[in-house]
Amino acid sequence: MSAVTTTSAPKQRRSKAPSPSGPKEKTLSRVGAITVMSVFTLYFLVPIWWLFVAASKDRSQFTNTNPLWFADFNLIQNIGELLAYRDGVFLKWMLNSAIYAGLGALLGTLFAGMCGYALAKYRFPGRDAIFNIVLGGVLVPATALALPLFLIFSQVNLTNTFWSVFLPSLVSPFGVYLTRIFAAESVPDELIEAARLDGSGEVRTFFTVSVKLMFPALVTVFLFQFVAIWNNFFLPLIMLRDEVLFPVTLGLYSWNSQVNQIPELRAYVLVGALLSIIPLIILFLLLQRFWRNGLGAGAVK
Amino acid sequence: MNIPLVATKPARPGKVRGPRVKNKKAIAVFILPFAILFVLFYLTPILYAVYESMLVIQRDGTFGEAKEVFGGFAQYVQVFQNGPFWASIGRVLLFGIVQVPVMLGLALLFALLLDSPVLRGKRFFRLAFFVPYAVPGVIAAIMWGFLYSPNLSPFSAVTKNIDFLSADLVLWSMANVVTWVYVGYNMLIIYSSLLSISPDIYEAARLDGAGQIRMAFSIKIPLVMPAIVLTAIFSVIGTLQLLAEPQVFRTFSSAVSSTFTPNLAVYSTSAIPNVNLAAAFSVILALATFVLSFSILKFTQRKDA
Repeated sequence: MSAVTTTSAPKQRRSKAPSPSGPKEKTLSRVGAITVMSVFTLYFLVPIWWLFVAASKDRSQFTNTNPLWFADFNLIQNIGELLAYRDGVFLKWMLNSAIYAGLGALLGTLFAGMCGYALAKYRFPGRDAIFNIVLGGVLVPATALALPLFLIFSQVNLTNTFWSVFLPSLVSPFGVYLTRIFAAESVPDELIEAARLDGSGEVRTFFTVSVKLMFPALVTVFLFQFVAIWNNFFLPLIMLRDEVLFPVTLGLYSWNSQVNQIPELRAYVLVGALLSIIPLIILFLLLQRFWRNGLGAGAVK
Repeated sequence: MNIPLVATKPARPGKVRGPRVKNKKAIAVFILPFAILFVLFYLTPILYAVYESMLVIQRDGTFGEAKEVFGGFAQYVQVFQNGPFWASIGRVLLFGIVQVPVMLGLALLFALLLDSPVLRGKRFFRLAFFVPYAVPGVIAAIMWGFLYSPNLSPFSAVTKNIDFLSADLVLWSMANVVTWVYVGYNMLIIYSSLLSISPDIYEAARLDGAGQIRMAFSIKIPLVMPAIVLTAIFSVIGTLQLLAEPQVFRTFSSAVSSTFTPNLAVYSTSAIPNVNLAAAFSVILALATFVLSFSILKFTQRKDA
């Protein structure tokens, strides 16, 4: 506290300035950091590399060639076989996942955004009660709802339909929480007031002015919801019997559990697993500017 | 049920205290879509599960028609006497006590390294660590199932000597899958929270002669505590809800029973079918999750005060 160390002279204004420790120690910690990160890079990427290599192999080469390096590169051919298998049911699954997750997340984000916005920008009785109930909803895991939802849907004969998986995915309590916090900070009351003076209705103001200001939060909510629906397993597992309605996760799971009876499915599971990862990776890359800023948003209070 | 109504109900003339609510119509338009869905697909299922869990099946004689009648807490008595269910709760708690700290510890370490000036190639590492998060839990479990299988694994030298799918190890093999998927995600949450710390604080610490490690422990970690709490809560919820991994591992290993985790127990009980008991399981599970996450929140908030 008292003494200013000799190394902290004016030179060290920049945040990248070296630490007060000597240069030797610095190299040591640099080597240490790189080593730790490199080892874990292997841990994270080798399984995916293996999947890629395995998916590129001929069935006969799968077990008797180096598992971490290519044999004859048959990836395109394998993908072709997978897509042709059983009238292209795999493609149907991918499409289902895209609709469940894409449309579900889009509508879910819109509804959560509108609700969060209203909770942040209007005063009305019951406002805090609603927010607290929704906040409780954040802590209720979706899988705990799956079975009771199944019971309700079977009462109204809606199990094994598109709606039984789609409709419950539209609810994002976390989205309401996040957009409310964000709207309170980033949409100034003066701007809404100015829009009112210009004769814009409340709903129009929301869609033309406020949505733009809330955009980073909305993208974050969309991504969260998309990933949650894309990865959801329990709800489709419990709701769906009809194969053509399956999302890709459930489809591959059902193939994987039949591998013992139908050995050729193993190859399809591997190639399918590889393909099923790609959409999310593309989405993350496209939107990374947003999620990187948005991820921590929930933690800021 | 009437949450949306509360929000939009016009204040009765005699009872008006504050100014009248303006923009009632707009508020209704904004809130109702979410509120209706929330009531239908969140509140109703919870209430319905509680209701179902209070019923018991009664038959007239052995072959008589089954009837659901009110049974009070009869199902809950059964829940408490159900050994496999409690064993599954114990199993996921053990899993959580080990896996969550390991995962968050790693996530924090990676985030601190990403944030420190000593590391180069940050963009690459950030992306490489995050990639597994793009792999859905089921797919990750299938993949690792292959990697663990003695005859299919690329690391057969290891897997032929250590049986990762044995009764002793399979829980920790699953822990590894969950860690693999979520470390990068948690790392990013903590990292983005680190980025929001003002450089002025570091400047001051540097003037006081603090090194990187000292800064990490005295400044960074305390300041990112809210982010760590958030990741901890989501991890605890995830742990109690384990389903995809054990469900998939059942096809690779006979060591995973149909009641290996609480959610698996719910699923197999409802398939028997005994929906009332399964509903009671669900209620207990939801309560346990809620209490656990709420206590984490309260516990850490009190520490701050």
